[in-house]
Amino acid sequence: MASSGGQAVAQAIGEALPRREIGVRPATSWQRFLANRWAIAGAVVVLVVVLAATLAPFLPLRDPNVTQPARRLSPPFSPGYVLGADHLGRDLFSRVIWGSRVSLLVGVLSTSLAMSVGTTVGLTAGYYGGRADLLIMRGIDILMAFPYILLAIALVAALGPGLLNAMIAVAVVNISFYARGVRSAVLLLREQEFIVAARAAGATEGRILGRHVLPNILAPVLVFVSMNIGWMITETAGLSFIGLGAQPPSADWGTMLADGRQFITVASHVAAIPGLALFILVLGLNLAGDGLRDAFDPRLR
Amino acid sequence: MWRYLVRRLIAAIVVLVGVSFVVFLVLHLTPGDPAQVLLGPRATPDELVRLRQELGLDRPVLIQYARWASHVLRGDFGRSIMQHRAVLPEIIRRFSATLILTAGGVMLAFPLGTLGGIVAAARQGTLVDRLTTTAAMLGVSMPAFWVGLLLIITFSVHLGWLPGTGMYSPTGSGGLTDLLVHLILPATTLALVPLSIISRLTRSSMLDVIGEDYIRTARAKGLSDRAVIGKHAFRNILVAMATVFGLQAGFLLAGAVYVETVFSWPGIGFMMVNAILTRDFPLVQGGVLLVAATYVLINLGTDLLYAYVDPRIRYG
Repeated sequence: MASSGGQAVAQAIGEALPRREIGVRPATSWQRFLANRWAIAGAVVVLVVVLAATLAPFLPLRDPNVTQPARRLSPPFSPGYVLGADHLGRDLFSRVIWGSRVSLLVGVLSTSLAMSVGTTVGLTAGYYGGRADLLIMRGIDILMAFPYILLAIALVAALGPGLLNAMIAVAVVNISFYARGVRSAVLLLREQEFIVAARAAGATEGRILGRHVLPNILAPVLVFVSMNIGWMITETAGLSFIGLGAQPPSADWGTMLADGRQFITVASHVAAIPGLALFILVLGLNLAGDGLRDAFDPRLR
Repeated sequence: MWRYLVRRLIAAIVVLVGVSFVVFLVLHLTPGDPAQVLLGPRATPDELVRLRQELGLDRPVLIQYARWASHVLRGDFGRSIMQHRAVLPEIIRRFSATLILTAGGVMLAFPLGTLGGIVAAARQGTLVDRLTTTAAMLGVSMPAFWVGLLLIITFSVHLGWLPGTGMYSPTGSGGLTDLLVHLILPATTLALVPLSIISRLTRSSMLDVIGEDYIRTARAKGLSDRAVIGKHAFRNILVAMATVFGLQAGFLLAGAVYVETVFSWPGIGFMMVNAILTRDFPLVQGGVLLVAATYVLINLGTDLLYAYVDPRIRYG
């Protein structure tokens, strides 16, 4: 059942698998990924950010929260301040590195939350069908009727501003995408012969779902995750930027942008630099995600 | 067709009722007692009980929702707690500012995105294609609030060509020219991501169509490239485009929240963010409901557009 992920997606969109040419050994998905220069470049960027974030406590960096009024708004390349300092004289380079921890954590946590809840909901609706399906999907329709930022905003309004709540809000907004995708994949799988065979052999519902259905939808779900994670990071940073996410003085890229905004006339780098960091990370994630999609789900292109 | 229309309308209404209930419930479950907020910290328990009764806060949630909904249906969205004014005129005023901004974004993103995608697909593999594809990749990865700030830094602060905040100059006449000058930077910022997404999707659906037999036939009978792409291929990507446009119109409306904050554009997103920070819930409720209703209408419009652009789609 090795290549079953791509198969599931191909069936999900109702098309036959591309026929293999005789005599040519088809490239495996990983080979296709490794041959994609842009995807590799993206993966390298992401890897560097992950390394920097992991090693931040061990790197010879200034404390990101220590203020140095004499150095306030120092431009980039000042002695000792590679990226300059912000309005309180805090080292921007150190804050950007520490901020990467927040962004990555946010990306991983909110994506995992959306994926696990959405997949469970979609599996339940698709596999059991009937009234459960109807109820769940109407609920999902209502969730999707909200413009996503508005739903996030309404949730933050209810839970109160803060990084954790912003993350939850962004995750909740994305549940519907996972649920819909998984449901339609499961609907097609449900009638497949190997599922019917498993049922005839007396496998329990739990075993069928866990051993037969789930592995077949995992690849497309993970591909979607890789394309979704950058978006999650941007949205949470956006909520922080408008004051509904992470709160000052935390070293978070969205909050740093909001802080720097007041000084764009005198020191534009304070706002430009954290945004650049965000852009580079998201670009890396998107390039790698696109590469994964092209390699593993060529039909989704 | 008519039966389909009626069915879709009923479904839209059901979704709207659901949306309004979710909005009401979410804000109702918020910690914090409105009576306490209104009366301040020195209120006596007796006064609190009386005000809660007056506001109906002691009734079951469903009853409260029904009361609120029946008021909303009569156009009464309540009063803003902080501004002591009726919510409806305020959200309508703010919403029209957002619509102007969104319209600006749509006018940039839709035609340019479609054109970019078609050109890239028609010239697949050339320099033009690679440039367009790269630009679109960069575009989708850029956070709008950052792009907005960069545009302000470049065109307002350094070059001084365009205003970077507000909808009209405080000293200006407030005419159309003034509005358009103020619209350029925010509309560009807002358009960036949808523009990139539209051009990517147009390119890929165009490439799918170009591979079809009837395109080869059209070429074989000697039609010019322009006729093949412009007439035969373009008509066949319209259905896919209708979906994308519908989604992106909603995206633009929602994305306006960040852009309005960056450019201090007096729209409904900017208003709602401030209303949340000051816990002015009637204003938040009204705003969310109005925007969600517009969004549902856009989706309905998209569905109906399908039937129009693709004669093969018939609904029973």
